[in-house]
Amino acid sequence: MTTISKTADVPRRGTDAKDSGPLLDVRDLHVEFHTRDGVVKAVNGVNYNVSAGETLAVLGESGSGKSVTAQAVMGILDMPPARIPQGEILFRGEDMLKMTPEERRRTRGAKIAMIFQDALSSLNPVLTVGYQLGEMFRVHQGMSKKDAKAKAIELMDRVKIPAAAARVSDYPHQFSGGMRQRIMIAMALALEPDLIIADEPTTALDVTVQAQVMDLLADLQREYNMGLILITHDLGVVADVADKIAVMYAGRIVEHAPVHELYSNPAHPYTRGLLDSIPRLDQKGQELYAIKGLPPNLLNIPTGCAFNPRCPKAQDICRTEVPPLHSVADGRGSACHFWEETING
Amino acid sequence: MAEPTKDAAREPILEVRNLVKHFPLTQGILFKKQVGAVKAVDGISFSLYEGETLGIVGESGCGKSTVAKLLMNLERATSGEVFYKGQDISKLSGRALKAVRRNIQMVFQDPYTSLNPRMTVGDIIGEPYEIHPEVAPKGDRRKKVQDLLDVVGLNPEYVNRYPHQFSGGQRQRIGIARGLALNPEIIICDEPVSALDVSVQAQVINLMEKLQDEFNLSYLFIAHDLSIVRHISDRVGVMYLGKMAEIGTDEQIYDHPTHPYTQALLSAVPVPDPEARAGRERIILSGDVPSPANPPSGCRFRTRCWKAQDKCAEEVPLLAVPERFATTGSLAAHDSACHFAEEKDVVGAA
Repeated sequence: MTTISKTADVPRRGTDAKDSGPLLDVRDLHVEFHTRDGVVKAVNGVNYNVSAGETLAVLGESGSGKSVTAQAVMGILDMPPARIPQGEILFRGEDMLKMTPEERRRTRGAKIAMIFQDALSSLNPVLTVGYQLGEMFRVHQGMSKKDAKAKAIELMDRVKIPAAAARVSDYPHQFSGGMRQRIMIAMALALEPDLIIADEPTTALDVTVQAQVMDLLADLQREYNMGLILITHDLGVVADVADKIAVMYAGRIVEHAPVHELYSNPAHPYTRGLLDSIPRLDQKGQELYAIKGLPPNLLNIPTGCAFNPRCPKAQDICRTEVPPLHSVADGRGSACHFWEETING
Repeated sequence: MAEPTKDAAREPILEVRNLVKHFPLTQGILFKKQVGAVKAVDGISFSLYEGETLGIVGESGCGKSTVAKLLMNLERATSGEVFYKGQDISKLSGRALKAVRRNIQMVFQDPYTSLNPRMTVGDIIGEPYEIHPEVAPKGDRRKKVQDLLDVVGLNPEYVNRYPHQFSGGQRQRIGIARGLALNPEIIICDEPVSALDVSVQAQVINLMEKLQDEFNLSYLFIAHDLSIVRHISDRVGVMYLGKMAEIGTDEQIYDHPTHPYTQALLSAVPVPDPEARAGRERIILSGDVPSPANPPSGCRFRTRCWKAQDKCAEEVPLLAVPERFATTGSLAAHDSACHFAEEKDVVGAA
């Protein structure tokens, strides 16, 4: 795995991205949905970046905006109802939000690919997996049917599907969950993209199969030196594979840090609460710490810090002022007024 | 929690003996011919004691949810017995079954589909009283429902609201309140927290533990998340392809597993600690779970087991304390269905 210079982790505002900069740089991204009940502010100023060979985990609960951010990066949001009122998504220094739809389409799949959570509903049930894999080559590279099929077999071999040549003409329902997810990975890899976004890639799988799939993904990432954005709610999976983590809450990044620092010394009460609330495999716990209350309704995000109604440390300032993303240390940030107290326990 | 389970002299409140459920596979439309069977549960025995939590873990398709349905008599067992306080309930029907079900209730996995969207919360929680009117006279019911809402940590004024007005965690609390309505002795929980967000999971688990102490409930806790099962269970059973692979106390299973499947399962669980990333040995199983319609001969795990030998294909290993550990008195001395049971610490207990 390539090492990343420390400065790449610091949110870079206002500086021009150079070729040596991160692969993907999301800056102050906002996404909102116009609904009958009002404006749902799903993403409220997200900044993150990923370099080649690096794994960024985006951690959050349902409704935290982690998937919407990814969909905005991929350019697969339905607009309307979605709207991107401000922000930049720089891929190799170029703002993808300013691209024409045709340019966007050519990036998708070839440069940035996505792996979805539910492989069964993401694959077309009436076409063979070989056809669907080959489609990548036929559409993007104009290959003949025969060549595309040969490529599909090669890809299935890559993701370690046994007897690939025999199974290339099978339909998705003939594969098990883990095998289907491998096909999704193969499809994402087909055009050797620079960046892969994996949205909960193993959530629907059993633990033994989950381990197989995560291992495969990590191996392939190393081999192709790709950037990987792993979107998940599972703190265990993140600890196993990520280099750095961005924790999202109510559409904002509340903390970002390299993986070791975040687990050993969280700088935001929400992160601390999450870490304390999961039962551990290696010890019989006492009563679990529970974060009180519920995640906020995005139609009506609390004023000040969005986490304040659930936070044990909340003071008056938290209810009135939105905390900026304080720089905690090299490559670390925390959006908490009291990050110093939090990090010291 | 105290450990009331160690006392061997105590009678189990629920005892399962050789429970089998085969779903027939048929061919033909007019003249249906049975061509095989999906062996979802294939000879399972265990006991549940008063006030304890027995966790059942396993991957999808191992038959754990079928066990839950069999215990509730929602499915009829092909063979085997389920004893509730010494009475075989697996063949009961009609009034006798209804009487037993009062004491065995269930909490379901998906709080979004297990509550009727057209009924108010009060009607949902109060519905058990329509079926068992002897528990609460009509005039008392509303008060009882409000008490239950209070017990599970919801505002009693919510009785007239509908399920869609609640979040996932609150709905699961409603499901639990419904399960408690008849003052049951046993609650069967089928993946009760797997659909919930991490921060809400802890709230629901704490609630379930509190209720257990308060009402002296026995839980059969079915889940695929091994960390949660360890947290809540006194004893744990590991299922694989319709059979029990290993069963013991939480310490025996997690710190001294002797069945290779348990070891692989435990080693595959991602641990939320990046420091452990390098040090942990991970056993990555190859392949998928075989089809329960056509399970492997002998030991069912042998097709994915790294220790498998000829004996494993020929002889079905029995669920018993392995001989080599029987006299040692160590924590490895618990029931394990493997010919070559061996202790291995995969969790790295602190």
